[in-house]
Amino acid sequence: MTALEFANQLKAKFGDLLSEPAEFRGEITIQLADAERIAEVCEFGRKELGFDYLVDISSLDNYGEDPRWTVVYHLRGLANRCELRIKTDVSEEKSELPTVIGVWRTANWHEREIYDMMGIRFRGHPDLRRILMWEGYPYFPLRKDFPLAGKPTQVPEVAFTKTAPLEGGPFVTAPGGKDAIEREPRVRTPEV
Amino acid sequence: MATVQETEIRDPAARASDAVEELRDMQGEKMVLNMGPSHPATHGVLRIVLELDGELITKASPDVGYLHRGDEKIAENMTYTQFIPYTDRLDYLAPLANNVAYVLAVEKLLGIEKNLPPRCQYIRVICAELARISSHLLGVGCFGMDIGALTVFLLTFTEREKIYNLCESLTGARFTTNYTRIGGVSRDTPPGWCDAIRKFLNEVVVNIAEVETLLTRNRIWVDRTRDVGVISKADAIDFGLSGPNLRGSGVDYDLRKAQPYLCYPDLQFDVPLGSVGDCYDRYLVRMEEMRQSVRIIHQCLDKIPGGFDNQTKEPVNVADGKIVLPPKGKVLSSMEELIHQFMLVTEGVNVPPGEIYFGHENPKGELGFYIHSRGGGTPYRMKIRSPSFVNLSILSHLMPGHMMSDTTAILGSFDFVMGECDR
Repeated sequence: MTALEFANQLKAKFGDLLSEPAEFRGEITIQLADAERIAEVCEFGRKELGFDYLVDISSLDNYGEDPRWTVVYHLRGLANRCELRIKTDVSEEKSELPTVIGVWRTANWHEREIYDMMGIRFRGHPDLRRILMWEGYPYFPLRKDFPLAGKPTQVPEVAFTKTAPLEGGPFVTAPGGKDAIEREPRVRTPEV
Repeated sequence: MATVQETEIRDPAARASDAVEELRDMQGEKMVLNMGPSHPATHGVLRIVLELDGELITKASPDVGYLHRGDEKIAENMTYTQFIPYTDRLDYLAPLANNVAYVLAVEKLLGIEKNLPPRCQYIRVICAELARISSHLLGVGCFGMDIGALTVFLLTFTEREKIYNLCESLTGARFTTNYTRIGGVSRDTPPGWCDAIRKFLNEVVVNIAEVETLLTRNRIWVDRTRDVGVISKADAIDFGLSGPNLRGSGVDYDLRKAQPYLCYPDLQFDVPLGSVGDCYDRYLVRMEEMRQSVRIIHQCLDKIPGGFDNQTKEPVNVADGKIVLPPKGKVLSSMEELIHQFMLVTEGVNVPPGEIYFGHENPKGELGFYIHSRGGGTPYRMKIRSPSFVNLSILSHLMPGHMMSDTTAILGSFDFVMGECDR
């Protein structure tokens, strides 16, 4: 069976909750309308369709759009050699969705990383702590409104950061600018 | 004017005392031992807080992030080409493989991965497999050193040095290679390079055989590694292990076979599998993978289009001026090339909107890039799925029940690298 057929089976089971499978560069993506059902969909994908391997979970900050967050699950079946991507949107007010640790235990660190970097919480996660940044760090650095240079922080007795010289450096390119001055700003003042 | 700021940072050992407080009410006689972040067996800056009952580990909590540099954030703020040098610093023991993995991901997003010139594909495979040999030599050597077999380390390091010489003549750098480009490679192989590889391959198999005689049937080695750190097939899959760690548990999954890319379908090689999933199996898998890599490179050298020194002038880059920089000579004499050069340098490769994930069989496991593009020269979001990060997440499940002295064996057998884990 191909990934598209698996996606259609998933759609047959969950109906309107899932969008029509979209194909891009040979990869199948399916959008889940209600993030609350993600664990259920993943469970079905693992138990019934054989997607036994969770490759990765990543997150997107659609800054300025609503809903703000997209969480992206990348599933793989080791036996059926198919891959499937499931995406689901989470609103900024909520910033929370159920964990999928019950489905794949590898989700533990992926979800901690997303919480650490984006600030999206996973309900039911047994140990939702920061993983790459230190405990007590107050910001979520992969958010689009977090400046590239960073923000000064200090957690007494633990660690501190200062803004980094990278911002405004010669190798920084801002996406989407219409001319070179906008695209390669030599000085961009960090938003404090 | 510079201001001086003094901040008191208690060292991790001092902070471990807080952990003691947290765990005090659990049991009477347990000891909390802080291992790392700077410890010879942690291969960088991994910290593990171990809770011990005598010599037995009852709880292990790995703590990562000491080498976090924000590579994903950095990637959002530069063009696709500008990020290639940063990939050198992910798994810094196999930079060539990272370069190949990253550009393949971008090429997948561009939709040109099938149009790569054959010579470029062969060069990239040679690079990736050289990186695999280099990484495994270090992995096995350090594994040996961690549990007391120092001779192995000296042997494998000598051999690895030769790979660095090969890297230097190919890319100009020994360590931070920055070799591949989107749509090709930065330069063709230098004269005599392929002969030098042949010579190296013939030497390295002798070296591998020597290591094998030192370790594989060595009583101490076998006692220290066999039935230590056993990972069942189901656990390996559930925890998302990849690379030799996954195959050491007997799961037959190699991205080079399962989702063939580059010219791997044309090459003959076997995927070694472990049977028990212990440290010994992971060691054996790495040893065999090195031999298979030697086999792959020999085939590449036999088949590489254009021959050793590219007498027939096979291209190494895709013929698309909007992706690959034009030859410098033409830039100064031809209008179109000048425009292409200018646009590529200032705006970067114009990538269509869309999202892809590409996983590459790196020496450490599956290095994947999830790129979400909204068009233009910079990615909107780039997630790096690093094998070491995922592989380490099993430690808290695996370590309890082992002896304290097994930690070095287990860590050595995982062959992780923190530059990649922490990104």
